[in-house]
Amino acid sequence: MSSASDVAARVVRVRGLATRIGGRILVRDVTFDLHSGEVLGVVGASGSGKSVLLRTIVGLVSAAAGTIEIFGDELSRHGRADLRRFGTRWGVLFQDGALFSSLTVAENIMVPLREQLRLSQALMHEIAALKIALVGLPPDTADKFPAMLSGGMRKRAGLARALALDPKLLFLDEPTAGLDPIAATEFDGLVRDLKESLGLTVFMVTHDLDSLIAICDRIAVIVDQHVIIGTLAELVGNPHPWIQAYFRGPRGRAAQIAEAANG
Amino acid sequence: MAQSIEQTRDGDALVLRPRGRWVVAEAQALDDRLGEIRAGAARRVRIDLAGVEAMDTTGAWLLFRLKRGLEAGGAAVSVDHVGAELAPLLTQIEKRQTSPVKPPRRGFGPIVLLAHIGFRTVELLRLTRALLAFFGEVAITFARTATRPRRLRFTPMVAQMQRAGVSALGIVGLLSFLVGIVMTYIGAQQLKPYGAEIFTVNLLAVGFLRELGGLMAAIIIAGRSGSAFTAEIGAMIVNEEVDAMRTLGLDPIEVLVVPRILGLILTLPFLTFWADFTGLAGGAVICRLSLDIPLTTFLAQLHSAVSLWSVFLGIIKAPFFAVCIALIGCNEGLLVTRSAESVGRRTTQSVVQAIFLVIVLDALFSIFFNELGI
Repeated sequence: MSSASDVAARVVRVRGLATRIGGRILVRDVTFDLHSGEVLGVVGASGSGKSVLLRTIVGLVSAAAGTIEIFGDELSRHGRADLRRFGTRWGVLFQDGALFSSLTVAENIMVPLREQLRLSQALMHEIAALKIALVGLPPDTADKFPAMLSGGMRKRAGLARALALDPKLLFLDEPTAGLDPIAATEFDGLVRDLKESLGLTVFMVTHDLDSLIAICDRIAVIVDQHVIIGTLAELVGNPHPWIQAYFRGPRGRAAQIAEAANG
Repeated sequence: MAQSIEQTRDGDALVLRPRGRWVVAEAQALDDRLGEIRAGAARRVRIDLAGVEAMDTTGAWLLFRLKRGLEAGGAAVSVDHVGAELAPLLTQIEKRQTSPVKPPRRGFGPIVLLAHIGFRTVELLRLTRALLAFFGEVAITFARTATRPRRLRFTPMVAQMQRAGVSALGIVGLLSFLVGIVMTYIGAQQLKPYGAEIFTVNLLAVGFLRELGGLMAAIIIAGRSGSAFTAEIGAMIVNEEVDAMRTLGLDPIEVLVVPRILGLILTLPFLTFWADFTGLAGGAVICRLSLDIPLTTFLAQLHSAVSLWSVFLGIIKAPFFAVCIALIGCNEGLLVTRSAESVGRRTTQSVVQAIFLVIVLDALFSIFFNELGI
């Protein structure tokens, strides 16, 4: 295995992407590369199209313009048919977990295992238990139905399902929203460790500044229908009023950011 | 290269050299191999990871499980040549306590069946009680609405009438027309040997006006609108909209249930009349085309066969059917729990129960009318 730094393998390549929902263009001219082992955080005002950008890249929403390549494979403009091919190679965590409500948590995690691999029942249960422990859920969650879980627990169970096949690429939609600060910190630690051990590449929509500082290598900000990508230090220096308000506002913990940016 | 585990002895120590890709895709093969490994007499076990090409969380878990298993057997286990990037992964895995998950136990067949029957019986009783309680609650809300008519949600009610009534005209009309045709053919076939074809009209008129028209309309509406009530309210429960209503001081029964029940009560009699009309029209067409009974004769025979009273007897049942359908539809909707499967199950139940109750009620009406001699 090679460390993340010398593998500059391009995992995601987006060129000139425009996203659209209901005939309205949300962002245009999105161009960026995501390299192996990199964590990209996406921030932006509510309704600016962060989630739609994520959904477009994974092919749930068709793009208005532009190309998306993942692992060197182009996702065709109307990507639904392609999703099957990619299903084993990425994991997606939706905002509210999007667990299958008629299955228990363990069964939810076993869905991708059962679909994609041939494993014995006992081994699948073991893997499910492992993933449940990995995301920090108590073991008895395995037999619970999603309706019996709190929002934060559903989110973690959703992450456990996204991690079921140990994908190389992870899309997270607000993974720490709704978690208590301790759980959120643990979550950041988990993502960092997985990133280091597995060379995991993460595309993460988030509002959590702590996550941005702790685990994101680069940050993409959506402002005025455009995406500005840079490191934390670069963005803090960006004069755009929204970016300034975001990073330097009362919640922006300016000192902490300055420290992280310099250090 | 395929994954493998090389075993060698080094004095009193067992050396394991796992090789290849320790990833989830190979998990089953790995698991099978690992089952064969025994520490035996060895007091020390050294696991050398130098040959591992790739490892993910599942591979790390299998390794950890192997280590734990050997340690439980009394051997001292050390792991060597852990790559710099593997260390955090192994720490993560070791940090998490997993407890073995037992696959669900399957019971003894006949006992499971018995338990199932018991469970369903209790559930049925509970459901009946819940429906009665719901009926009471709705009745109280109705009474409250009656004393303060301004609380009636007029616009949603009219919207329900539009959706349950006006939009159903096509399907109710078409199906009744077809049933009218079928009944006329069958009646004519039976009566022809006696030269009494003209009485086909009597059969059709009494059958449709007293029974079939109302039943057709009620059953179609149970399938069409009863299910819609359950699914709509159920989806609102899943989406926490009903809870939101309660916290806003709105009564879901007043806002969701009353307009639906009232709307259906006002709509179903008209649909019944429409079903009567189209059913007779279907009969009239067949009488004209295959039985050579012209429309004027048909109408004259119709006039002598039934009175306005028959039409009324058919239509008077409609509001009762409507209450049944809407009440069950809304009750099942409110019983939905927050899962997609529950919406589906409740919707099915709602339609089955509504059709069942409509037919039971219709039978009761028949007995009642018969006893009254009408």
